[in-house]
Amino acid sequence: MPNQKYFQYVRKDRLPNVWCPGCGNGIIMKSFIEAAGNLGLDKNKVAVVSGIGCSSRVTGYLDFNTLHTLHGRAIPFATGVKLARPDLEVVVMGGDGDMLAIGGNHFIHACRRNMDLTVILFNNTIYGMTGGQYSPTTPHEAIASTAPYGNLENNFDPVKMAISSGATYVARSTVYHYTQSVKYIEEAIKHKGMSVVEIVSNCHTYFGRYNGMSKPAQFMEYFKKSTVTLSKAKTMSEEELKGKIIIGEFHNDESRKTYLELYEELSEQLGGVAK
Amino acid sequence: MPTKLAITGAAAVAHAMRQINPDVVAAYPITPQTPIVEYFAQFVADGVVDTVMVPVESEHSAMSAVVGSAAAGARTMTATAANGLALMFEIVYIAASMRLPIVMPIVNRALSGPINIHGDHSDAYAVRDAGWIQLMSENSQEAYDLTIIATKLAEREEVLTPAMVNLDGFITSHGVEGVEILDDEVVKDFVGQWEPKYPLLDVDNPITHGPLDLFDYYFEHHRQQQEGLKNAYKALPEVFAEYEKISGRKYDFLDLYKMEDAEYVMVVMNSAASTAKYVVDELREKGIKAGLIKPWVFTPFPKKEFLEALDGRKAVVVLDRAMSFGKEAPLYSLVKSALYEAKERPMIGSYVYGLGGRDVTPAMLHIPFEEAMKGELDPNEERYLGLKE
Ligand SMILES: Cc1ncc(C[n+]2csc(CCOP(=O)(O)OP(=O)(O)O)c2C)c(N)n1
Ligand code: SF4
Ligand SMILES: [Mg+2]
Repeated sequence: MPNQKYFQYVRKDRLPNVWCPGCGNGIIMKSFIEAAGNLGLDKNKVAVVSGIGCSSRVTGYLDFNTLHTLHGRAIPFATGVKLARPDLEVVVMGGDGDMLAIGGNHFIHACRRNMDLTVILFNNTIYGMTGGQYSPTTPHEAIASTAPYGNLENNFDPVKMAISSGATYVARSTVYHYTQSVKYIEEAIKHKGMSVVEIVSNCHTYFGRYNGMSKPAQFMEYFKKSTVTLSKAKTMSEEELKGKIIIGEFHNDESRKTYLELYEELSEQLGGVAK
Repeated sequence: MPTKLAITGAAAVAHAMRQINPDVVAAYPITPQTPIVEYFAQFVADGVVDTVMVPVESEHSAMSAVVGSAAAGARTMTATAANGLALMFEIVYIAASMRLPIVMPIVNRALSGPINIHGDHSDAYAVRDAGWIQLMSENSQEAYDLTIIATKLAEREEVLTPAMVNLDGFITSHGVEGVEILDDEVVKDFVGQWEPKYPLLDVDNPITHGPLDLFDYYFEHHRQQQEGLKNAYKALPEVFAEYEKISGRKYDFLDLYKMEDAEYVMVVMNSAASTAKYVVDELREKGIKAGLIKPWVFTPFPKKEFLEALDGRKAVVVLDRAMSFGKEAPLYSLVKSALYEAKERPMIGSYVYGLGGRDVTPAMLHIPFEEAMKGELDPNEERYLGLKE
């Protein structure tokens, strides 16, 4: 019997989903559902916002208040939702292309403002939906449809980017590390301020096929083999860390005020109506 | 010798781009434009073109990079669709005002929202006032031909205006058809070497592009853009004639189908015209004098040609694959206005069809003809084909 606790958060009539069998998107969606279940979230008190991409289709399946927006614009839409309804838990989900390429500017500015959002980045290091063009997280020299001889460009490290831009909770996991993903998402939702959880995922259909990993299981092997925890990584040299995915909670700081807190403080100071 | 290939419209356009051999292509993927850029990226990777290609991080950046490289003096191209074009919007205007002869295939797709990836003309219409030449294609062959024609036209000194070549999303871009590809040398000679008159990189004659232009000269510059499009209108017959010489294919402002004695005329753009031609044939078999007009050129709008073609006909039905909310449909309102000076004004009717890729069937296209023949057209009513209501 499927667990009812999970099914309350899913639009069953929208299933099966459009994703390729074995796509990491399903695992990330389930991680979120489990985190929501563990926290006992009231689905009417949560808004999930996504942009455009394979990953962004997630808002079609999740039974919360959902907003499927434009490519790259999920974060500003979510900012609007949060400003209008500070009582809602606002979660943003989407891809590396969506949030770091076309929408990269919004990502850094939401971090800078410490907007109280939970961003779950589905990082499959490729534009899945449009057919495997390289994204800002595609590793240097990896093959993509727009880089048949290898990617000339260097990739972003979303974790470093989020921290240096001002996010106050930042973690990374992979789709292989399901338990950790659930835990980080829970922490991110509970966290006051801008939280970013990067989940490294597989697009075996494009990234995999181009780079010798056309089966989802190969990604699982790879994530298992190439991942080191943050605490372990601290003991390793830069040379040893080459090609490794570091997972863990990188940053957790609730001392900084969120944008809304500062806004309300100012509003009170000026004699405005406190919410 | 031209070669005939069984390829998609996207591949046909990519071949035209390969033969035009632009110096710079900057693009961002969007369905259904993606295969154009993918095929072209392969040509770049294989070293068969001299192009530097930049897969930038958004269409806003793509059009900006394209404007930058064109201003620097490069022959520059990009391609997009729907929301990609919408995101380019502010720079689309700038490309025209800076008089940069960029050529951009647009794979027509419905603008969001709600999100839709299939073909309609809301994207083409959204930029109709941006100052670009807009050519329209019915099939892959036309998309190929018009891409080459657009390059020649846009770069003419008296024109210097960017050009969009529209082809229908999926139907043309992804459908496989026989396409005749000219010899590389023939196309190369036809488009010639691009020699910009005012490149940014001419260090002996430094110039500036795009400076602040307030109430002193902004108006005059726009007046000049209008002149550029008037010149494009004048140059088009010559460019079409030159193209006919190398290809044997004849283009004009309007594709007139069975129009000599036509009493009932349908006006429709792009791929639906193929279905409409089939319907015209069916009506002709029944002895009904039906005809069809399909504009190959949307901007500069061939007003005089429409007037000449439609004056004195019994009825005209204009089909639009997009709406203009709160106003008459774009093609309809333009055709209607072209008829202002008609000596014998035909009855006229407006039909909106195929939004968001809704299928267009022959049965659907019979309806406007039937209503025209029954004298049931109302010039002030917008009607819908294939709508679930
Ligand atoms: C303005 C605009 N440009 C381009 C697109 C086409 N497009 C849709 S999804 C996508 C990339 C998706 O990549 P990512 O965000 O990494 O998501 P994934 O599919 O990999 O989950 C692109 C380029 C679009 N929808 N809108
Ligand atoms: S294309 Fe890639 S990202 Fe998209 S559903 Fe398939 S595996 Fe997942
Ligand atoms: Mg991606």
